[in-house]
Amino acid sequence: MDIHEYQAKELLAGFGVPVPKGGVAYSAEQAVYRTTEIGGSRWVVKAQIHSGARGKAGGVRLCATDADVRQAAKDLLGKVLVTTQTGPEGLPVHRVLVEQALPIERELYVGLVLDRKHERIVVVAHPHGGMEIEEIAQREPAAILREVVEPAVGMRSFQARELAFGLGLGAQQANQAMAAVLGAYRAFRDLDATMVEFNPLVVTSDGQVLALDVKMSFDDNAMFRRPNVAELRDFAQEDPREADAAEHGLNYVALDGDIGCIINGAGLAMATMDMIQHAGGEPANFLDIGGGASPDRVAAAFRLVLSDRKVKAILVNVFAGINRCDWVAAGVVQAIHEVRVPVPLVVRLAGTNVEEGRRILTDSGLPILTADTLSEAAGRVVAARRTV
Amino acid sequence: MSILLDEATRVIVQGFTGDKGTFHAKEMIAYGTNVVGGVTPGKGGTTHLGRPVFNTVKEAVANTGAAASLVLVPAPFCADAIMEAADAGVRLVVAITDGVPAQDMMTVKRYLWRYPKERRTRLIGPNCAGLISAGRAMMGIMPGHIYARGAVGVVTRSGTLGYEAASQMKALGVGVTTSVGIGGDPINGSSFVDILALFEADPETEAVMMIGEIGGPQEADAAVFVQEHMTKPVVGYVAGLTAPKGRRMGHAGAIISAFGDAAAEKAEIMRSAGLIVAPSPAELGAAAAQALRRRASQPVLVQQ
Repeated sequence: MDIHEYQAKELLAGFGVPVPKGGVAYSAEQAVYRTTEIGGSRWVVKAQIHSGARGKAGGVRLCATDADVRQAAKDLLGKVLVTTQTGPEGLPVHRVLVEQALPIERELYVGLVLDRKHERIVVVAHPHGGMEIEEIAQREPAAILREVVEPAVGMRSFQARELAFGLGLGAQQANQAMAAVLGAYRAFRDLDATMVEFNPLVVTSDGQVLALDVKMSFDDNAMFRRPNVAELRDFAQEDPREADAAEHGLNYVALDGDIGCIINGAGLAMATMDMIQHAGGEPANFLDIGGGASPDRVAAAFRLVLSDRKVKAILVNVFAGINRCDWVAAGVVQAIHEVRVPVPLVVRLAGTNVEEGRRILTDSGLPILTADTLSEAAGRVVAARRTV
Repeated sequence: MSILLDEATRVIVQGFTGDKGTFHAKEMIAYGTNVVGGVTPGKGGTTHLGRPVFNTVKEAVANTGAAASLVLVPAPFCADAIMEAADAGVRLVVAITDGVPAQDMMTVKRYLWRYPKERRTRLIGPNCAGLISAGRAMMGIMPGHIYARGAVGVVTRSGTLGYEAASQMKALGVGVTTSVGIGGDPINGSSFVDILALFEADPETEAVMMIGEIGGPQEADAAVFVQEHMTKPVVGYVAGLTAPKGRRMGHAGAIISAFGDAAAEKAEIMRSAGLIVAPSPAELGAAAAQALRRRASQPVLVQQ
């Protein structure tokens, strides 16, 4: 789960991370009011969307007067911002962050991730911030600093010190950078984050170290015990179909093709999509209905897949372990009665109670194409899609 | 021989009296698994499915001599259940539970290392279908009847894709020694390498199939291990050729975030390490049969 920059800054400030003075605004009036709270004479108005690369997309405006701030907020609020990371459909801006503008002397990179190779939290730092870390890793891999945190004792001061001096900071800035890094680590650990990134962490011309832009992501599996983080979720930043899917216990990811997929198990779902491509088609979605799928859940899956207007054929592929084929077949039949399915439908069932499942499909008298194997199923659905 | 589990292994179930525990324990017993009891805190002293229930794993081990535990407790309590089993000296823990927080798994793995090697617990999962030694015993939630007994060891991240492989193999008359689901989480108990090493050492296993998916370095690590340490032919497949970058495909760990995470990249690494890469998921069974033939055609070395 991702959150907005202003939310991440508020959370991190609570862990002692120094951040610029600022506040969120939902309207142009509120944005102007923020400038009086913040003080100073120059401000930055930043569009709040779940994406980086906002600056290049025109989502970050430097302002010198109240009128500028009002105009910038007016321009951004309600707009759909397209960045290099959002895809062509972009993301809607419903909030802006108004912050003091800072005289920047240096930009650094600091990121904390849950590293899969080490199976530990790893802190990565680089003396040149402002770029994507992937880009940094490609251009100057040797200059990347790394500290692996031992989970039994947590991040130690010396590790933060090594990073700070490794980044070339003087004694006073090093102390501030250490506070930022150690604070970020505590936030990561205590809030079940999967990523905390300062990009950039800046040194101002008056010697302050501040997290100018921050990003935080969280472990969905841990949100049950972090209600104060879970409530920061902004559904406006998510594909509405994916949010709808989650409510029904389904796992859905929209893709670009036109063959809708309804499958049990994430691995089988990915493999079925591969098989569709192998047979000359393109999947419209990833959809895992999970174990123990009830007829209601199957019906919800059909509705979801059909809400994508691109879909020209549907493939249901269920290998029943905990599921039973007869239940799934009954679910498919019930779903077709509840939801009009205006495209060809191929159903492949395997595993527990497969004969009974197939019989239910045949006896229903519905125009369902069946298949016994994975390759047959993919071949049939790709052929059926061509006839549409 | 099989790996990790056979009909003699004494198995307990943590979360024994719950709906899932009851259902799967019954299936396991019906398959021939030596289930000797279970743990449900607060229900110690009662009997369930004709087996004793204990309050703690330590009591269960002391009374039944259990060497393996199947963990079917809800996600918030899963890490604690695994550590309890490890502390009680259970050598094999299979965690089926889906949705365990990643930092809990980090703690669990650190915790397991506190024991000396000769009594350290091997953890399989979480977020997996479990393991089955075909025709002998199972600790998991898979449909046992789709596995034929044979000579191919299977290790897979995905549960249902593992079923697909087993049924394709059975249709071609190819059987399985043991099939191990290592799970779809970013941090899991046993890696592909851990399980491949066991298959390499198992005299009954003649070929191995590993089924991976997008995300993480474990498949690439496994390819290097196969090249450097394995004499048996290995079939590889990586699901997720059509998966876009940066999107989580169901499993918590199935996300392309770095170079080497994509399916095509992993498949290429496998191919260059000498694995037989199945050209599509419909050819997993055929690739396993091919691997067995390759094994059979190898010259037999006679020890002098």
